[in-house]
Amino acid sequence: MKTKRVYEPTKGLTERALSYCPGCTHGIIHKLVAEVLEEQGLLGETIGVASVGCSVMNYEFFNCDMQQAPHGRAPAVATGIKRVKPDKTVFTYQGDGDLASIGMAEVVHSAHRSENITVIFVNNAIYGMTGGQMAPTTLIGQKTSTSPEGRNQLTTGLPIRVSEMLATIPGATYLERVSVHDPKHVRLAKKAIQKAFDVQTKKQGFSMIEFISTCPVNWGMTPTDSLAWAVDSMIPYYPLGVYKDATKPGDDDA
Amino acid sequence: MGKVLMKGNEAMALAAIKGGCDAFYGYPITPQNELPEYLSKHMPLQGKVFVQAESEVAAINMVYGAAGAGARVLTSSSSPGIALKQEGISYMAGSELPGVIINVMRGGPGLGGIQPSQADYNQITRGGGNGDYHVLSFAPESLQETVNIVKESFSLADYYRNPVMIAVDGLIGQMMEPVELDQEINEKVSPEKTWAANGESAKRGKINKIVSLSLDPYELEKHNLKLQKKYHEMIANEQRYESILTADAEIIIVAYGTMARIARTAIKSLREEGIKAGMIRPISIWPFPSRAFKNLPTTVKTLLAVEMSLGQMRQDVVLSINGQLPVEFYGRAGGVVPEASEIIDKVKSIIGGHKNEN
Ligand SMILES: Cc1ncc(C[n+]2csc(CCOP(=O)(O)OP(=O)(O)O)c2C)c(N)n1
Ligand code: SF4
Repeated sequence: MKTKRVYEPTKGLTERALSYCPGCTHGIIHKLVAEVLEEQGLLGETIGVASVGCSVMNYEFFNCDMQQAPHGRAPAVATGIKRVKPDKTVFTYQGDGDLASIGMAEVVHSAHRSENITVIFVNNAIYGMTGGQMAPTTLIGQKTSTSPEGRNQLTTGLPIRVSEMLATIPGATYLERVSVHDPKHVRLAKKAIQKAFDVQTKKQGFSMIEFISTCPVNWGMTPTDSLAWAVDSMIPYYPLGVYKDATKPGDDDA
Repeated sequence: MGKVLMKGNEAMALAAIKGGCDAFYGYPITPQNELPEYLSKHMPLQGKVFVQAESEVAAINMVYGAAGAGARVLTSSSSPGIALKQEGISYMAGSELPGVIINVMRGGPGLGGIQPSQADYNQITRGGGNGDYHVLSFAPESLQETVNIVKESFSLADYYRNPVMIAVDGLIGQMMEPVELDQEINEKVSPEKTWAANGESAKRGKINKIVSLSLDPYELEKHNLKLQKKYHEMIANEQRYESILTADAEIIIVAYGTMARIARTAIKSLREEGIKAGMIRPISIWPFPSRAFKNLPTTVKTLLAVEMSLGQMRQDVVLSINGQLPVEFYGRAGGVVPEASEIIDKVKSIIGGHKNEN
């Protein structure tokens, strides 16, 4: 009897076991990015930039050249790389503390320069790695270890919507917010990643995909409740969709 | 090319291009602006990279990225900007990346001033970033010496896989001096950068990673000991200095950079008056040239550290002489440049003190 292989793990990931907590969606996002790099034939000519957060060790997971950046600086590190290696694929992988707090300047200016890089932005509304402190993306009323009574708008402002903000920047070429809470959205998320790397391959400028992601451990929920909370609480404040698409019409079917 | 009259900052920029610099990332700050301005025109003309970053923090991280990808990279700044770059410098040292940093020093602390100073001595030689690391650092005295060291620094950085800093003060950056850009220099052979994460894993057949993280303390200690070995190699091979009229000296001035130029004038006058003054001029400030202080002639009674800062380098002189001689100090701060006459007066007061003791 002939066997037919219907599924195999992507070559975009190494054999290393992922370091994420059970139910954390960082893992799904890794797999999607890795699959796209493999499918687009980019793996052997890609440099990934790991940031500081739960994904800090992803240089052990992605099966391509990797450089680990200081907290928040990944887009600057990626800029440095891309300018001397303009024909290579360069992406960053950053959490919301990394990108929207300490690294806000770097991501905004990379978008302004329309740096031809792809940013994978994982928004889980909390600082995961350091034990669940409030992030700039934490929702109003959300309890964290540094907002024990729930985030208070009067003292900490409103959660930052990064995709919407970057959409105001002329240099940003492609911005989309996606979610990975169910198989349908996982498929859509993968399409978004494909589009982003496509934009980069065509040298069309800055692309970022924002993922609504979960942190069951620091949210204090089961994995399934976390997915439900992402849908019921996060997505209403962070609506999914394409926030910017400045790719020239006609370029798409090149 | 022969000698040309150039402003210090522009000469350093041209020297960097001649040293094989592929990319420059920087942020404006006085008194080094002519350097990036020159490169903003000339790097693109040569098909090389110039980026004005959004901050010094971004600039040094761009340097970190480009160095990780295997390029020869430069950034330049002045004291407060160097303070901001310390994060990236520490990462470069930790992940063993080459790169060149030019620091045209100005007065501090805080925003300080924009006049020439040497108050970054501790920031440079003690590291400003976290961790047990060192930056190979040079403090040249003339434009010619500066240009030669800038050119050489790229190969030194590649050879040691370590950041190299060239520290001059605003005077050297701003002054015009005849300089020969094509002088023969001793370049170290740069090993091939087989470690670079340059996106060629397919061709190479293996993945390269640029990382300074190590969660296992024993592994991280091992890495630190490996770095220490490299620093000891630098201490053995890169101590650079000039000894001037020390053979019969009664007092030896220790001064570097612009301060050494002024001390030369002072020594000339002192000698004319029959006072036997000499000088040890550190050219490398990390490693500090302790070797210069071994076996000094028995005529020497005193060392005198002279700085455009308040006793920072003196500490290294004290460590080097290890209690065998007194180490006096004269310095001005905040961007005030001492005159030769001030040094002469200080020397005379010290010598006078000796006479009184006799
Ligand atoms: C300069 C610096 N400041 C602070 C930290 C500590 N730190 C490590 S991870 C982290 C937050 C990461 O949160 P996020 O980016 O949201 O990623 P997540 O862990 O949630 O995936 C912080 C503050 C650090 N490593 N470096
Ligand atoms: S702490 Fe949160 S973000 Fe980090 S791995 Fe665990 S679940 Fe994921």
